[in-house]
This record gives sequence, C-alpha cells and structure tokens, in this order.
Amino acid sequence: MREMNSFDEEQIGRLLRLLPPAPEGWVRAAQELPAMRAMLDEIVARAEQDAAFRVQLQADLERAVAAAGYPSSPFIVSRLRRLLEAV
Amino acid sequence: MAVDQTDAQLVSRCRAGEPEAWNEFVERFSRYVYAICSRGFRLAQHDAEDVFQEVFARAFERLPELRSDDAVRPWLAQLTRRLCIDRLRLNARDRPSEAELDESEADDVLSQLDDAMSVRAALDKVGDPCREILDRFFCRDESYRAIGELLEIPAGTIASRISRCLEKVRSELDGRSRASRPS
Repeated sequence: MREMNSFDEEQIGRLLRLLPPAPEGWVRAAQELPAMRAMLDEIVARAEQDAAFRVQLQADLERAVAAAGYPSSPFIVSRLRRLLEAV
Repeated sequence: MAVDQTDAQLVSRCRAGEPEAWNEFVERFSRYVYAICSRGFRLAQHDAEDVFQEVFARAFERLPELRSDDAVRPWLAQLTRRLCIDRLRLNARDRPSEAELDESEADDVLSQLDDAMSVRAALDKVGDPCREILDRFFCRDESYRAIGELLEIPAGTIASRISRCLEKVRSELDGRSRASRPS
C-alpha cells in the first residue's frame, strides 16, 4: 500500500472535488444486483429444464424475458446472454 | 452506514451474505468507480454507466475469489481501468476518428483518485456535520446559501465551518499517516 501523503486544507478540498456522487439510479441498480442475480439464476434454471422456453430465449431473448414476466433492461439481457451461453 | 469498518471487514460481511453489506459496498466505492470512468478515462455518460454496472456485477460475482480483502480498492481500480480501456478500444474500432487513449494520463488521475479516497475515508471518520457540509460544498458544488438553508445554519458561518472541518480532516489524515509509518 502507498504511504499516506500529507495534505493541506486546499489539497483536501481539491481532492474531495474529484469524487462527486455517482448518479443515484446507477447506485440503486448496482445495489439491486444480488436480487437481479437471483432472478437470472431462476431464468437460467428454467431454460435448462424447459426446452420450449429455451427455444424462445434463443429466438428473441429480450422478448422472451419480458413475456415471462421479468424486467428486460439491456443490462439484464446482456448478462443473461452470457449466462445462457454456458447452458 | 458503518463508516468505522475497514474495507476488509466490509468485504468479509459481503462474503457472509449480509444483505446490508452489499449496499454499503456499492455506497462506499460508487464514487471511486464513477470517477475512474468519467475523470480518469473521460467516458461518455452512457459508456460510463455500462462500465459502472459491469464493474459492480463482476465485483459481486468475483468477490469470493479476492485473495486479500484489504486489496479490494486496487482490485476495483484495476477492474474498472480494464473495462474502461476495453470500452474505449471498442469505440475507437467503431469510430476511428475518436481521440487515442492516453493510459499514462489516466493512471495519473487514478493515483489522485486513490488519494481522494483516503481523504474521503478520513472525512467519513470525522463524521457529521462536517461530512455533510464538506460533501455538499466540494462534491456537490452547492452554495453557502443552499447548504445553510438545508442544514439550518446561518449562511454567513458556512465558510468558517468549512475551514474548521478541513482542519479536522487534516488532523485525521495526519493521525493515520503517523499510524501507518514504521516506528
């Protein structure tokens, strides 16, 4: 670990300015990742057991996810695509 | 937010599956990851958002594999750095006219952000009302008047409070610096 520098008040203010808050929506979405992960695992498990659902996902992932009642944001679809490649 | 716990303690709680721990993890590192994307690599907002979400998604998946819980900050920095570079290269392939990536410039900014995180940790330790006042003034760019109204403090006293709070943060940092030096 780097040794801690000594900063004067002006430097402290300047450094604090470098860290504005991230947009609230981004933070909330990241905080919801564990719930999203559980949902993705559920979709993958269903795809493994249900051949018809698997075919729907392969044909149009976004539409199949939405039709099954799951939220289908681009982020969810991209992560799901990656997980399904392993199925 | 439990500000007294170290990064390692927070990671350990995440590993144990404590529901609040992940929220605190994101809260603690969101500014850092955001700043690397937006200041370090100057990603456009939509690219920064993609990288930001990808960083936390990978962190969530790979946290159990982290070798040293103390090293979570550099680990996140490297992960974010790599994903930013991937995104910029992808953009450059699609749009060759885009400016070339200057990795050394980005690394200079990352080094400053690392210092900024240390200052931020000291500010967390100092706590409210200093944390609130300094955060609103420096990080959210709010005026004396807005801060005064929100915190119900006379606007004319904000400047002196900021000055006193900065002194407290400096003392906290000096204490940490002495503690980290070999005796």
